[in-house]
Amino acid sequence: MEKYYGWGLPADISTHGAAIDRLIYVLHGFMAVLFVGWLIFLVITLVRFRARPGHQAVYQSNHFKAPTYLEVGVGLFEAFLLVGFSFPIFHQYRNVPPPRDQAMEVRIVAEQFAWNIHYPGDDGIFGKTDIHLISPANPVGLDRSDPAAKDDITTVNQLHTPVHKPVIAHLSSKDVIHSFFLPVMRVKQDMIPGQTVDTWFEAKKMGNFEIACAQLCGLGHYRMRGFFIVETEDKFKEWINQMR
Amino acid sequence: MTGEHNLPFWRKYIFSIDHKVIGIQYAITGLLFLLFGFFLMMMMRWQLAYPGQPLPWIGHLFSEKAMLGGVMLPEFYNQLGAMHGTIMVFLGVVPLAVGGFGNYFVPLQIGAPDMAFPKLNMVSYWVYFIGGVIMIVSFFVPQGAAQSGWTSYAPLAVIAPTGQTLWLLGMVCLITSSLLGSINFITTIVQLRADGLSFFRLPFFVWAQFVTSFLLLLAFPPLEAAGVLQLMDRLAGTSFFMPSGLVVSGKVVEVSGGGNPVLWQHLFWFLAHPEVYVLILPAMGIVCEIIACNTRKPIYGYKGMVYSVIFIGFMSFIVWAHHMFLTGMGTKMSAFFQITTMIISIPSVVILTALVLSLWGGSIRFTVPMLFATAFLPMFGIGGLTGLPLGLTASDIHLHDTYYVIGHFHYVVAPGTLLALFAGIYHWFPKVTGRKMSDFLGKIHFWLSFLLMNGVFMPMFIQGLAGVSRRLWDPMQYAHAQPTQPLNVFISICAWLLGLAQIPFILNFFWSLIWGKKTDQNPWQATTLEWSAPSPPPHGNFEHVPVVYRGPYEYSIPGQRNDFWPQAMKEGN
Amino acid sequence: MSSLIRYISRPHPITGVTNAKLGTWCFLASEVMLFGALFSAYILLRTGASSWPRGSELLSVPLATFNTLVLITSSVTMVMAWASLMMKDLSKYKRYMGFTILLALTFLVVKGFEYGHKFEHHHFPSTSTFYAIYFTLTGLHGLHVLGGVIVNTYFLLPGSKLWETEPEQFTGRIECAGLYWHFVDLVWIFLFPVLYLL
Repeated sequence: MEKYYGWGLPADISTHGAAIDRLIYVLHGFMAVLFVGWLIFLVITLVRFRARPGHQAVYQSNHFKAPTYLEVGVGLFEAFLLVGFSFPIFHQYRNVPPPRDQAMEVRIVAEQFAWNIHYPGDDGIFGKTDIHLISPANPVGLDRSDPAAKDDITTVNQLHTPVHKPVIAHLSSKDVIHSFFLPVMRVKQDMIPGQTVDTWFEAKKMGNFEIACAQLCGLGHYRMRGFFIVETEDKFKEWINQMR
Repeated sequence: MTGEHNLPFWRKYIFSIDHKVIGIQYAITGLLFLLFGFFLMMMMRWQLAYPGQPLPWIGHLFSEKAMLGGVMLPEFYNQLGAMHGTIMVFLGVVPLAVGGFGNYFVPLQIGAPDMAFPKLNMVSYWVYFIGGVIMIVSFFVPQGAAQSGWTSYAPLAVIAPTGQTLWLLGMVCLITSSLLGSINFITTIVQLRADGLSFFRLPFFVWAQFVTSFLLLLAFPPLEAAGVLQLMDRLAGTSFFMPSGLVVSGKVVEVSGGGNPVLWQHLFWFLAHPEVYVLILPAMGIVCEIIACNTRKPIYGYKGMVYSVIFIGFMSFIVWAHHMFLTGMGTKMSAFFQITTMIISIPSVVILTALVLSLWGGSIRFTVPMLFATAFLPMFGIGGLTGLPLGLTASDIHLHDTYYVIGHFHYVVAPGTLLALFAGIYHWFPKVTGRKMSDFLGKIHFWLSFLLMNGVFMPMFIQGLAGVSRRLWDPMQYAHAQPTQPLNVFISICAWLLGLAQIPFILNFFWSLIWGKKTDQNPWQATTLEWSAPSPPPHGNFEHVPVVYRGPYEYSIPGQRNDFWPQAMKEGN
Repeated sequence: MSSLIRYISRPHPITGVTNAKLGTWCFLASEVMLFGALFSAYILLRTGASSWPRGSELLSVPLATFNTLVLITSSVTMVMAWASLMMKDLSKYKRYMGFTILLALTFLVVKGFEYGHKFEHHHFPSTSTFYAIYFTLTGLHGLHVLGGVIVNTYFLLPGSKLWETEPEQFTGRIECAGLYWHFVDLVWIFLFPVLYLL
């Protein structure tokens, strides 16, 4: 079995995650160079100018030009990171959903302390929901009298998606703020009660992964774990039929 | 002068209006709260290192509602977490840095006999004290203290048990105290500077406190407003932060609805980002004082540092939403806050660079305070640099709310600010008590604290990159968190050792109070005004009203007999 | 002892203000942030709401108009009180200060009737977001008025003893109390149209 998790970034099985990872690596490289260079300078200074007999401090210190260049350099590099990496990546992540006709849509409704997954079924239309219909057997409050709801499927903590297919997830929460986190997908999005926020992703590898809650949501926050299973289109259909 | 000696004990030491006594009260209370907050964390570290195992000895001291058979319950873990944050920030660091150091040394450094409003000063301390008592009492109400994180995000905090109400009331007290304090600081610094002490002759520490006061003055009221609104939500049943259609534990919540949970976050972070600078600026000020004194040369780029600190003050009001990148905000708004976040990093870099370059050409005495101050520089450097991946939305997607965040801000406030505060204690102890602290114990304290703090916080970056979420009672629940579990054990051991490493400090503190080497009024041969007053300074501070003739850091002037030229010395040196 | 602290009764030659006045301005700055935050919350909640009632349909505009006039008048009497001290007339000061306090109490009583009326009709802060913000803002403002009454009463009765020893300092204090009072008035001038008219 492939190792997904370790002491660094988790494996990345998403189509968009490589760009995020690249930024994280570039940043850490930049930070390391800056910090180590700076640390060497600090240590040299501390040793060279330590107090000792016969050594005197100078009143009029030289004016250094290098730090100004360095500061300007850091500023320019930060601008480059913004324009070259962060803006376009986040723009893609937030503003450019995959075309609806090619994507699979799913609603994810978080609650203390579970993920309710709502698939629209073959018609691709989500049935109506009503908070007054919510019960243990019907966690999203699906209105079964709505024709569009007939083929809908809801699961708890089981998010199955086909591989190589874009997924649009409509995120919302029933009670408090949760945060939908797929570590292997480089997806994280707060779920604010009263709002629906969309996020999207496409898996390029199959496997059993997990959904984590990234925002403190109460005493069960630690066990709000869901299963995120990426499988072939056929297997996914099979699973959907099973669930019906 | 006559009235002072006849004051009864309780007026002289308890309800005192002398800024020095109040400063000491703040500092001692703050240090005790720091220790208390650290204890909370040391208990949590057991649960993180050995999830679900009973906490030896200590676990059985608690009620079954907190520790069932010695095993910490998740709700108690959440209480400890929320209260650790609250206590460290609002009851520990701020009171020590601003209330303690600020109260004691700002009037001394500007040559004033006291703060502008001595009675108000006393009131601020006691309001702070009440706030602290409320926070501690909240542990003992049914279902315990606040448990929704120090950020108290709604709706979780609105539906939380009673402890949250006490948290809010406590916060209202702490905010009021800080507001009164900041009014006092601003007025004191503007009005009561000694003759000749122009703004550009102020020690950098005073500048840092000045800007800090403005941050407190203007950033705290929105949190007070938010606190009032959350209190209304909890007590009067309003829905400021409660949207329509909430279903909690399967039951529809009966509120009018129409509120917005994100509103709380905006109001909270509008305070809490400037608050970060409230934590760090006084620390920078202390470090600057100590570096100037121990390198025996003027600070490099003093004016640049002053402009930078003012600039930080302004900018810190328009970066708050970088804590909220993942709430679903649009790309334009996030772009704005990313840009401001990158911009605010520049003045911090300028200050850090100036401090490092101040070492160049000096004659560096590695006294205990200087060791702490020097260590502050790389630690703050790490804290600042690791803010970059969090300040860019793209990398924040993965790192948001993970241990990376914890590592980042702890590097700023723990090995950063706390080391600087320790530096300040060692540096100014002779002024406050007339005695010097032991070098030997001080060095043990320094090296152990320095190494162990890195042992605690460095591994958190690895955990964060691995995607381990913060505030997890049992990290072993998640497959992606399991590989880094050995790090949790390592961190916990470092944290407990760090606790032990504070014993030399505590011993040193009390030992030196009684048996420390007596010193004259200027043991470090420093230039700023506080060293022209007797140690400890009497009521009214100075024997003669000081007049200032020069800038704060006139060290090693060629051709002079002494290598320091005090601000208040008229001529001849 | 405290006489060592400078600029208690005389203004600083450069800043041109006494300590108390600068402190008061700082305090008012923080108050601006407090009410600013609440007004921002109001705007955010209102723009996010699907529907928002017209204040004039739910609240009594005549009563609020009357209260507005009461507060404005009290600001005038407050200035007169201070002016009387500048003209060294303590008894006139006491008369004007008394008026100011009476007007403030009138405001509170009227406000109390308004609240009582709402409660009778079972309109509580929990009824709707509009009522929530109405009660919170006016309640907080009411507390500020009450604070002003307490401070002014202190300056009317025991506090006025300072006049005999330190007339300059006392006048300065009344000026500061006046600044605060005008601020409280100003907040109402914002609250009135925002809650009752818009």
